[in-house]
Amino acid sequence: MLVISCPYCGDRPEIEFSYGGEAHVVRAPASVTDEEWTAFLYQRSNARGSYAERWRHAHGCGRFFNARRNTVTDFFEQTYKIGEAPA
Amino acid sequence: MTQKYRLATGGLIDRRVTVPFTFDGKAMTGHAGDTLASALLANGVHLVGRSFKYHRPRGIVSAGAEEPNALVGVGRDEGHYTPNLRATQVELYHGLRAESQNRTPSLERDVGSITDRLWRFFPAGFYYKTFMWPKGAWTKFFEPRIRAIAGLGRSPAAPDAARYAQIYAHCDVLVIGAGPAGLSAALAAAETGARVILCDEQPQFGGALLAEPGQSAWLAEQRARLAGFANITMLPRTIAFGYFPHNMIGLAQDLTDHQGETSDDAPRGRLWQVRAKQVITATGAIERPLVFPDNDRPGIMLADAARTYVERYAVKPGNRAVVFTAHDDAYRAAVSLHEAGVTIAAIVDLRESPEGPCLDAARAAGLPIRTHATIIGTEGNLRVAAVSVATIGAANAERIACDLVLMSGGFTPSVHLFSQSRGKLAFDPALDAFIPGTPAEPTIAAGAASGCQSLEAAIASGRAAGLSATGQAVAAPVAETVAAGFLGEVPHGRDPASVRAFVDFQNDVTAKDITLALAEGFRSIEHVKRYTTTGMATDQGKTSNMNALGIVSKSLGVPIPSIGTTTFRMPYTPIPFGYFAGYARGDLFEPVRETPIHAWAAEQGAVFEDVSLWKRARYFPRGAETMHEAVARECAAVRAGVGLFDASTLGKIEITGPDAAEFLNRMYVNAWTKLKPGRLRYGILLREDGFIIDDGVVGRIADDRFHVTTTTGGAARVLNMMEDYLQTEFTDLKVWLTSTTEQYAVIAVQGPRAREVIAPLVEDADISAAAMPHMSVVECRVAGVPARLFRVSFTGELGFEINVPADYGRAVWEAIDQAGQTHGIVPYGTETMHVLRAEKGYIIVGQETDGTATPDDVGLTWAIGKAKPDFVGKRALARTALASQTDRKQLVGLLTADPAEVLEEGAHLVADPAQPIPMTMLGHVTSSYWSAALNRSIALAMVRNGRARIGETLHVPLPGRSVAVTLTDPVFYDPEGARLDG
Ligand SMILES: [Zn+2]
Repeated sequence: MLVISCPYCGDRPEIEFSYGGEAHVVRAPASVTDEEWTAFLYQRSNARGSYAERWRHAHGCGRFFNARRNTVTDFFEQTYKIGEAPA
Repeated sequence: MTQKYRLATGGLIDRRVTVPFTFDGKAMTGHAGDTLASALLANGVHLVGRSFKYHRPRGIVSAGAEEPNALVGVGRDEGHYTPNLRATQVELYHGLRAESQNRTPSLERDVGSITDRLWRFFPAGFYYKTFMWPKGAWTKFFEPRIRAIAGLGRSPAAPDAARYAQIYAHCDVLVIGAGPAGLSAALAAAETGARVILCDEQPQFGGALLAEPGQSAWLAEQRARLAGFANITMLPRTIAFGYFPHNMIGLAQDLTDHQGETSDDAPRGRLWQVRAKQVITATGAIERPLVFPDNDRPGIMLADAARTYVERYAVKPGNRAVVFTAHDDAYRAAVSLHEAGVTIAAIVDLRESPEGPCLDAARAAGLPIRTHATIIGTEGNLRVAAVSVATIGAANAERIACDLVLMSGGFTPSVHLFSQSRGKLAFDPALDAFIPGTPAEPTIAAGAASGCQSLEAAIASGRAAGLSATGQAVAAPVAETVAAGFLGEVPHGRDPASVRAFVDFQNDVTAKDITLALAEGFRSIEHVKRYTTTGMATDQGKTSNMNALGIVSKSLGVPIPSIGTTTFRMPYTPIPFGYFAGYARGDLFEPVRETPIHAWAAEQGAVFEDVSLWKRARYFPRGAETMHEAVARECAAVRAGVGLFDASTLGKIEITGPDAAEFLNRMYVNAWTKLKPGRLRYGILLREDGFIIDDGVVGRIADDRFHVTTTTGGAARVLNMMEDYLQTEFTDLKVWLTSTTEQYAVIAVQGPRAREVIAPLVEDADISAAAMPHMSVVECRVAGVPARLFRVSFTGELGFEINVPADYGRAVWEAIDQAGQTHGIVPYGTETMHVLRAEKGYIIVGQETDGTATPDDVGLTWAIGKAKPDFVGKRALARTALASQTDRKQLVGLLTADPAEVLEEGAHLVADPAQPIPMTMLGHVTSSYWSAALNRSIALAMVRNGRARIGETLHVPLPGRSVAVTLTDPVFYDPEGARLDG
């Protein structure tokens, strides 16, 4: 079980969190083409290594936040609040 | 039976306490401090099991967790029976009942041993080769028979009667293993004030030193120092079985198991989930067997295990021993046994000219040593009786009678936990073994687990690990010369095809099996492992993996580091499931959600059904009514008079804030801006891919306040989705979301007389048809309780849903029930609710929809606010691929030709039931009921291009027949909606 650092609450065990998929995927406006919409909806980078992703401290403060996790080692590089830029 | 192999002095057993036990029903005694294995050996019992595949007689090989053979079932009854325990780890207790496994009818006479005679027909991969034909024979014939004879223990026939505890813990340093290295590490870390947990599988700390009487003073001193540290948590009888990410270690602590047949009030064991800043694995090393012909007879054991039985348990494992070794350590065992009165018939050393203090001691004791020699075969059926010893490469062998053979191929560091942590192993050519290399987690290996062989080196490495784990400076390691030993099959000069030299005792894998796999083209060690099953038994190859690697290495001429090693997986030793279940059993398995009305419904004899975690009243049978009869009566009562329904499980979310309406505009398909306070609207929620995820009635309480309802099962999902958009996407909106599901009881009063029933109870509101039309909401008092009164219908009848604070739910319910008596009010359950809504063609999300239905598919296009620039799912609905699809499944009604025929939900629809299989499916039945109001069956279905097919006949193929159905509009009852106004 991972230890995840909620930017609001600090280190907590993984069971308190729910996963939210890749971070920084900008919701496409209604005006985009079908191809652009499909890319937004379905295509994710699925990076090997450093990966920006969303978590929610579901059984805690309830806040969504972003993280960079290394998908090879499972260690977090950082977590940061929604709206903040990664360090 | 007397303990005739018990030594008169020495050991850590308490001779004053005699402990009776039985093995396969035979009464024996041991002493306090014994394991089951040492007590059996004290009684002269080596034969303890039959092997997995060949049913060969097998004896005790080791004195620890690595034991491959001595697997036993222990327990006083089925509720306390644990199979596959290693006798070497089972502490003896008064009255212990153990039985051997995999034998019929007895260990001595086992009919399954016929497979041993037929061994040539059971080569590696025989499952893959032999049983592929004829088709079906594997599952029907071969597998059941093979399972009956190949196996380990049996499952207990009753549920586990014991209780189990669980705990989370945090520490600065977790030290696994309390041998010399672990003790030194724990003390060094504790000196800095760090919080330390020290665990060890044994009942006493000391590790290998428990079998070293010469070190008892040092050990006593360390234990005394441990006791002086309040910051050390000591966990004896605790196995570290799993290394999980981010330094979380799973420990299984035996609490009362070792005490024997105690009450179940105290937990049997406790699962620890320890999060450690640093982990030190001081898990020791495991001696390797030597792979020689017929090396598996009872009485053939590891040299250091035999020494442990003498020194720690004061047991003589035999009378006349041959020692077979490639490592100096076995000479220490030979001297120990010699001093305990065992005749050492010969020490057979594979090495040409071994030298050193251990050999000197053996020579001084006058023990006969043969170097550059090997064992080419053994004799004896239920116990080894003799070995044949030959000089390597020579033809002549000498037969030496014996009842005990000690073997030592050297030591393999226990890197299991380090490997589980995904640390990289490094091959140490001096040791001929893998040792911990680059770690992946904050973890340090110490002592024999890191490759140390001398006591001084182990202590120094433990101390260094403890200091390093707490950020202290570390001295240079103690230099020592280590010895490797031997890997692989020993030279024996015999036809390799005609001998069986066992590598993996537990899975009955021989050196020949491995060379066969290589001859058949397998190269990867992972493939060889799976093909031969070597290392895949419950011991995970603790004693066999390195020998298997050695055979592969020699056969292929490839050095071991280039072959690599297989992955170690948790658990280190098998752990009973009860540890993992912990408290989550019976009533505590899963939370149960009950509504405020639940107790009333139970008192009325309601039959409940599970809806997610909720218990919902399904129907209220009267007398001997069947469900069908009760539901027909409830349906009729609602349509003709009035019914009372508990809708408290509906999800409820309070949405407030100046931008609440705009937030709903962006989330739901509907338009909300113009909805006036006091009005309701049926809302549909899509995912971003355009498919329906939830629905529910939404009330506008004020300009900045909405009362949103969701499906019972979708409440948490919808709130999470709303929070997601609010926090991460629509961050410009000032909105607050609050779950109010548990705060309101919801009482539905439905039927033409609903208004008459509640009117006398309503204060502060005019609920007349003129003042309160369908789809409106008013805040008022009902039965004196503040309420949000919805005029809404999920039945097609005049209806109200009364939301009151949960604590008042039952009181208001009873007041309405009382007021309704003169109107013939009837409580109804979810089954009636389903029928009534189906008669009206109202969908249930998750029943008519399956995550691939758009609003249009289920006939709800009218709900979409088409002028809105955006909402979740809007863009997806406009995708060309979706919008241009002409054969989407659409909601329709079905009427069977025979009105008495009630279709199966899930049944498929086809155009021609006579077409060949596989048929072309046109759709499926989503809901199907007997309609009391229509006096016939009705069904809803999703059918390709269904709306255009209304009026057509399709068919439901069933076994042996088919049912013709006519497609209709999904609204079966009161299509004009006239009844909504009562
Ligand atoms: Zn938090």
